[in-house]
Amino acid sequence: MSALASSSSDNLWQTHARRVAHGVRRRVLELTLKNNGCYLSQALSSADILATFYVKALRLGPSEGAYVPSEFFGVPGRNGVGRGQGDAYNGAPTPENDRLLISPAHYAVAVYATLTETGRLSPQAFSSFNADGSSVEMIGAEHSPGFALTTGSFGQALSQAGGIAMARRARGETGRCIVFMSDGELEEGQTWEGLQCLAHYNLDNVIVCVDVNRMQCDGATADQTRVEPMDARLEAFGCKAVTIDGHDIEAIDAAINGTAHPRRPLAVLCNTDSARGIPMLEARKPKLHYVRFGDEKEKEKYRRFLREWKFDGERESGAKGANQ
Amino acid sequence: MNVVSNPHAENLVRYAESRPHVAVLSGDLTVATECHKFREAYPDRFFAMGMAEQNMLGWAGGMAREGWTPFVHSFSVFLYRRPYDQLQMSIAYPNLPVRLVGFLPGLDTPGGVTHQSIEDIAALRCIPNITILEAGDATEIESILELTDEIPGPVYLRMLRGEVPRLFPAHDPMRFNRARLLCEGTDITLLSSGRCTEEALRATAVLRACGVSLTHLHVSTLKPFSDPAILQAVSAARHGVITMENHVRIGGLGTATAEMMAEAGIGKKLIRIGIDDTYCSGATLQYLMRRHEIDALALVRRVETMLGADLDISDADLDAARVEDIQSRSSEQLEAM
Repeated sequence: MSALASSSSDNLWQTHARRVAHGVRRRVLELTLKNNGCYLSQALSSADILATFYVKALRLGPSEGAYVPSEFFGVPGRNGVGRGQGDAYNGAPTPENDRLLISPAHYAVAVYATLTETGRLSPQAFSSFNADGSSVEMIGAEHSPGFALTTGSFGQALSQAGGIAMARRARGETGRCIVFMSDGELEEGQTWEGLQCLAHYNLDNVIVCVDVNRMQCDGATADQTRVEPMDARLEAFGCKAVTIDGHDIEAIDAAINGTAHPRRPLAVLCNTDSARGIPMLEARKPKLHYVRFGDEKEKEKYRRFLREWKFDGERESGAKGANQ
Repeated sequence: MNVVSNPHAENLVRYAESRPHVAVLSGDLTVATECHKFREAYPDRFFAMGMAEQNMLGWAGGMAREGWTPFVHSFSVFLYRRPYDQLQMSIAYPNLPVRLVGFLPGLDTPGGVTHQSIEDIAALRCIPNITILEAGDATEIESILELTDEIPGPVYLRMLRGEVPRLFPAHDPMRFNRARLLCEGTDITLLSSGRCTEEALRATAVLRACGVSLTHLHVSTLKPFSDPAILQAVSAARHGVITMENHVRIGGLGTATAEMMAEAGIGKKLIRIGIDDTYCSGATLQYLMRRHEIDALALVRRVETMLGADLDISDADLDAARVEDIQSRSSEQLEAM
């Protein structure tokens, strides 16, 4: 069921974004049940960020990607297939448009769900997630809808964004490069090389939005390699850093569009909850990297939750929203 | 044989003049990789990237997506060992026109193991979409950049710097996937690349004087490796084929030749001259080439093995063929490590 049809309507962007975020969470839970496993927690933590990107905060053109994509058409190279292609879903790369660069490709399911909820990708295509021959791959690459880069190996998007942003600045383009990252990627050395170079070249047309859900494959980030204090580290590397509630869609938009950061890249640290919207997942923390349900009883519990899940935008995507 | 000083430095400036999309990225080795004159000539197209090669390669990929052709300058070893993943995911997979301009290949550095890219060709040859070119003299340095114009994907350039000998006529440029025929004969086919061609030329003159009939081809395109002239030459060799490279024996020219011969069903003996399966120490090029048996004398000994003959050729005979003004080549190399 489409989130757009699930609640009272008004013309506020906030309502639209909250519906999109809710739809993303629903779709990914549905898929997790169908496929018995998915990157569910990443979708729960990032749904509001991605929804705000597409609905309000970024300047993206109408999708130029196929609403119903073809089967996977091959990798770039001698067969004549070109690079990129996935970013056609984010609109034309005009001088004014922003470029959205997804860094942690494990968030692909959340990106696809957001494209579907915003009418850029068909529900059937979303359902072909991780099916053999589909370009809607589990860990997306640059042919996958919504992706401009091949970033399943973590920490590589930021440097590429630097090259893109520098080229765009040289052409006098006004559009920005928005890099969506996960906090786990702050463990990668290349992230800091990239930040120091972005700062060195005063690339204030780069905005880094970090999903700070404090989770990674092996569990809590704090138990792996400590990346705190993130804001102080980012500032020390030459960024303007702001920390917000990553489920507060108005705060996300305000941070991206209302923060002055002349001659410096902007880093928006979005504090999020990887069980957002599905309180009973709380008990499984911190093992949420890839959510798979155990027995039939547990599956039924989540099926029932999905059936009874009502859109409550303020609760999921508002400043005071909370699970408890 | 004359010697050209810093041929890449001038040539890069000339090449880039009519190509405004050419940018240079330097990993804190600007003079050491001879892109300082480019920096002076086109400061707006020169980007210092510091000692951060992973970032530098990703950055180059991003620029290439936006219409630039970045020529990334560093020592060979720093362009693939540390940033191997970035090279693959940010450049090679998307098939971007990034040029990796690598200097001090193989044992060309007194810097020791950390600076010796003895396995670069092996590490890069297996990467899809990449093209590998290697220069053997000043003429090739002066013509290698033009060859990249027609290549849509990434290119790794294995370069020479400093005092570079001119082995081939200045008007006879490097050609893509076409080996250079240096002499023709019937007993043995010799394939050499890069620095080793100069070394081989010292030996082949003496060998031919001893009556050994050699076909000698200088190979400058290592990937793709499909030159029909090479296939023809290895097919025609009466006793066998010898390869000679400034690289480990695994994965480079010798391996590519073995693969070609096996696939074509050419059942001839193959001797691969290259660094044995070992890391190396820091010393002069001459010392290391002798120690690791990739010099002119090593070639003579392998020819003797293949022919089953003692040719009675000594170091002194080879020295007589040695050209005076290229013996002190390594002075410039010490300038920047």
